Amino acid sequence: MREFNYYRAGSVRDAAKRLGASGNAMLLAGGMTLLPALKMRLNEPGELIDLAGIDELRGVKLTRKGAHIGATTTHAEVAGNVELRAAVPVLPHAAESIGDPQVRNRGTLGGSLANNDPAADYPAVALALGATIFTNKRKISADDFFVGMFETALGRGEVVTQVLFPKPQRAGYAKFPNPATRYALVGVCVAQFKTGVRVAVTGAGASVYRLPEFEDALDADFSEVALDGLTASAANLNDDMHAGADYRAHLVSVMARRAVSLALD
Amino acid sequence: MDATVSFTLNGKNVSAETTGATLLVDLLRNHFGLTGAHVGCDTSQCGACVIHVDGVSVKSCTMLAAQADGSTVETIEGLAANGELHPVQQAFHEHHALQCGFCTPGMIMSAVDLLRRNPRPSEVEVRDWLEGNMCRCTGYHNIVKAVRAAAVAMGEQAS
Ligand SMILES: Cc1cc2nc3c(=O)[nH]c(=O)nc-3n(C[C@H](O)[C@H](O)[C@H](O)COP(=O)(O)OP(=O)(O)OC[C@H]3O[C@@H](n4cnc5c(N)ncnc54)[C@H](O)[C@@H]3O)c2cc1C
Ligand code: FES
Ligand code: FES
Repeated sequence: MREFNYYRAGSVRDAAKRLGASGNAMLLAGGMTLLPALKMRLNEPGELIDLAGIDELRGVKLTRKGAHIGATTTHAEVAGNVELRAAVPVLPHAAESIGDPQVRNRGTLGGSLANNDPAADYPAVALALGATIFTNKRKISADDFFVGMFETALGRGEVVTQVLFPKPQRAGYAKFPNPATRYALVGVCVAQFKTGVRVAVTGAGASVYRLPEFEDALDADFSEVALDGLTASAANLNDDMHAGADYRAHLVSVMARRAVSLALD
Repeated sequence: MDATVSFTLNGKNVSAETTGATLLVDLLRNHFGLTGAHVGCDTSQCGACVIHVDGVSVKSCTMLAAQADGSTVETIEGLAANGELHPVQQAFHEHHALQCGFCTPGMIMSAVDLLRRNPRPSEVEVRDWLEGNMCRCTGYHNIVKAVRAAAVAMGEQAS
């Protein structure tokens, strides 16, 4: 790693100000993605602004609107949260499937969403639940947040502060982990709301995306059988040494069925 | 840029001059001479560098020394109390859970975190938990056996 300055921010305002003032500072949350990237010199920031000391960014709160989760809440904290397990179990279930225990002890919700890795788990859950991402400047719906591979709607100087996940009637997340990395080779999240069903896929494409045909079928009948005969298109899907596009397309429909079955469990 | 970091290391207050980009594992090994945490991969995959920060297991190759400022850090060197091996260390010894020993400090620190959360893990739970710890020698069976035996021994000690 090249040398950089380390700065522990005291508040969101402090972090944003510092980020805006510097041409090449970056935010640091759990560091589980950023530090390996710096070792590979994919980025060479002059300063890292650590968000870990900002209490207001951490924690889980349930309200009538749903689950509000602070940006620096770790995957382990979400996985172990008893209230969440009762109210929105798909969230702890997905958080528990991330990486390994040490990654979950440090990695955070905000870092995962801001990074938008094409194979990350939280983006699928955020998109399927129709989450709202709050920043120091505005709120962004999940439908607008995930723009492309490792790309989000976040602007320079923008800090994710918390995420609101509306509480679905039922939801499930099924993931086929890459056996080496534990990232999703394909992961599908299915969520049913009074207003309709939302289905989101991660791992298969350049960025998380929705499956309208699957949503329509599940709107008519929320069951595994409703997905019989539906196939996902392999067009534009990832095709690499881990899995071909056809295989990924196949996994999408298998994982969708498993997610429905988990939701009905 | 140089800065001072201070934390509790195996029960003692310590501080050191370090730079922003210094990794916690390098500070422990090079400055404090605690070479139990190993650097196997340096890419957060293998778990040889696992230590505890504020009571939970972390990969010290993927944490900056500066991030530990103000924390409580425990390494494998701090595990044995009063010259007696910790029950997990003892169980690794008895069940032949190591061969070359390279992965062992990380395995043990990881297992201790598991047993704090789940005092009687099933075999599947132990294997799931050790997802982030790799061993090139043992084939894992004896490691899993040792962790479960330690759980029993610690249960007996507690009662
Ligand atoms: C071995 C290993 C296995 C993994 N397996 C999985 C897996 O199975 N599934 C999965 O989804 N992920 C996996 N991950 C990634 C993990 O979930 C990371 O925690 C996550 O991607 C990044 O979170 P972080 O808090 O560590 O962020 P950091 O690494 O600190 O930051 C990541 C990026 O987000 C930016 N950022 C961080 N916080 C904010 C914020 N509040 N506002 C704006 N920008 C911000 C940073 O500037 C940086 O660009 C794995 C990682 C490792 C090392
Ligand atoms: S050296 Fe830290 S995980 Fe391998
Ligand atoms: S005992 Fe050699 S790597 Fe595990």
